[in-house]
Amino acid sequence: MNTKIGKLSSTAFTHLVLAGYTLLAMFPIVLIMINSVKSRDGIFDNPLAFPTSETFSLVGFHKVLAKSPFLHFFQNSLTVTIVSLVLILLFAAMAAWALSEYKFRGNRWLAVYLAFGIMVPIRLGTVSILKLAVALEPFHMGVNTLAILILVYVAQGLPLAVMILSEFMQQIPKELKEAARCDGVGEFKIFFQIILPLIRPAVATVAVFTMVPIWNDLWFPLILAPGEETQTVTLGVQQFIGQYVTDWNAVLASLSLAVLPVLIMYVFASRQLIRGITAGAVK
Amino acid sequence: MKRFSFWHVVVFLAPAVLIYTVFSAYPLLDTLRLGFYSTSDTGAQSWSGIANYTKLLTDPQWSDAFWNAMRNNLKFFAIHLCIQNPIGLLLAALLSLKGVKGAKAYQTVIFLPTLLSVVIIGFIWQLILSPLWGVSEKLMGYVGLADYFAPWLGQESSALITLALMSVWQFVGIPMMLIYASLIAIPEEIIEAAVVEGASPWRIFWQIRLPLILPTLGLVTILTFVGNFNAFDLIYSVKGAIAGPNYSTDILGTFFYRTFFGYQSQIGSPTMGATVATTMFIIILGGVAVYTYLIQRKLQRHAF
Repeated sequence: MNTKIGKLSSTAFTHLVLAGYTLLAMFPIVLIMINSVKSRDGIFDNPLAFPTSETFSLVGFHKVLAKSPFLHFFQNSLTVTIVSLVLILLFAAMAAWALSEYKFRGNRWLAVYLAFGIMVPIRLGTVSILKLAVALEPFHMGVNTLAILILVYVAQGLPLAVMILSEFMQQIPKELKEAARCDGVGEFKIFFQIILPLIRPAVATVAVFTMVPIWNDLWFPLILAPGEETQTVTLGVQQFIGQYVTDWNAVLASLSLAVLPVLIMYVFASRQLIRGITAGAVK
Repeated sequence: MKRFSFWHVVVFLAPAVLIYTVFSAYPLLDTLRLGFYSTSDTGAQSWSGIANYTKLLTDPQWSDAFWNAMRNNLKFFAIHLCIQNPIGLLLAALLSLKGVKGAKAYQTVIFLPTLLSVVIIGFIWQLILSPLWGVSEKLMGYVGLADYFAPWLGQESSALITLALMSVWQFVGIPMMLIYASLIAIPEEIIEAAVVEGASPWRIFWQIRLPLILPTLGLVTILTFVGNFNAFDLIYSVKGAIAGPNYSTDILGTFFYRTFFGYQSQIGSPTMGATVATTMFIIILGGVAVYTYLIQRKLQRHAF
């Protein structure tokens, strides 16, 4: 009898702690979302209430979209993130294949050289990256272009992607590759038509990992591409809020707009992402 | 049995190695080099040996700000270490218990903030803690603590702690997930053997599970260390480049930014910026070295 009560109370404790923390994690985001669709009076009179027919208002969103080229920022972020992602995945998969499949001299050194970038933040090279960007100006890859952001993010994302993909490549059965080679299939064909489709699950995991820091970054957009034309969502929101601090409707709406795409992505990719972290950590 | 040619290797490796070298490795090396130069008023750069470093570490005009940022950064890290890891461990331990209903749902929600931009999180908390809006005061009022509310972000004594707690709130999902993963990877037989021997769940946790996940705690610590000593976005978006009030929230990232780009009356200096960046590089590398050579080895010996 006693153990039964003990078990029940420990289950209750577990759920109390977990649910409590879940509430704490959700509260700030939900609070911003519900207040972004309220009128100014609604926001201040009762911040914790859901919008009613009286307080419901989209004025904040109208202001944001009228006062700042938000959709344009969004487009910039999307371009930078997607192009960087595709290049990182392709180049990292190619490099991982060469490093794990071909035993050539200097193989290990090259792997260590690339792995160095996992721990050392690329930000520390900012002074010289800006110099480089200025030098690249005649080639349309200079300051205030999306191209320079993409190049820096590719350099930033490659090390971790190469490492994770190498681990997966090593698990591909040898027989598969040897069989293809015996049939006289070329190395490039083996890579693109056999290996790439095989490592698809790993590629998806790496994709989510690499995408998030790129989408969220403030540092490089602030330093390399602060012009209105090339601002990303993160930088755009930061500047917008700095300018309209006192306009609560607009501030709340801009925050909601910035959260929404990540939220939507998470709804679709959360299982993949969590499985990826869980699997990766065990190794 | 050489099936591949030199050209295969080159073609597969060239894009990654080239971009990584030009935009990551070279800038880092060039920054290390620039740290030994000084910039004249005309913008010309000349070799000056370790003059920048002596200036940074000993000339009061620089060193006061540097050591202040360093101290704040250490505090920022200590708060993460003392609060983020224990909470992450507690959540992971509860989630890994057998038969917890809704574990996946809890996990998914608690992990969500880590995916959002630090800038957005900073602004959201700034609004919540704002005395103008009064949300925090109201919430504290429900439990009778309204009198204890203060504009924490605006006070010199509490601004840094508040910012660190905001960051802990955002990133607690990472230690939680990593620790959870290593907890569920512990072979069932070990636990069962202990149960048969009559060990209490409490003892099983402290004497069997915890030692086995120490390497993961080490990993979480070094990840936090690198992240903290390279942090910038949160302080910059909530407090600006000046990291007020009175530099009480200034950390190495914001100090580096001001040194490089200048602020108010001070003109930015790329060479002095490079010196600060190199110093940060040495600190981070030092942390990583300590982790790999000391902690990881010791832990692995301890664990197996």
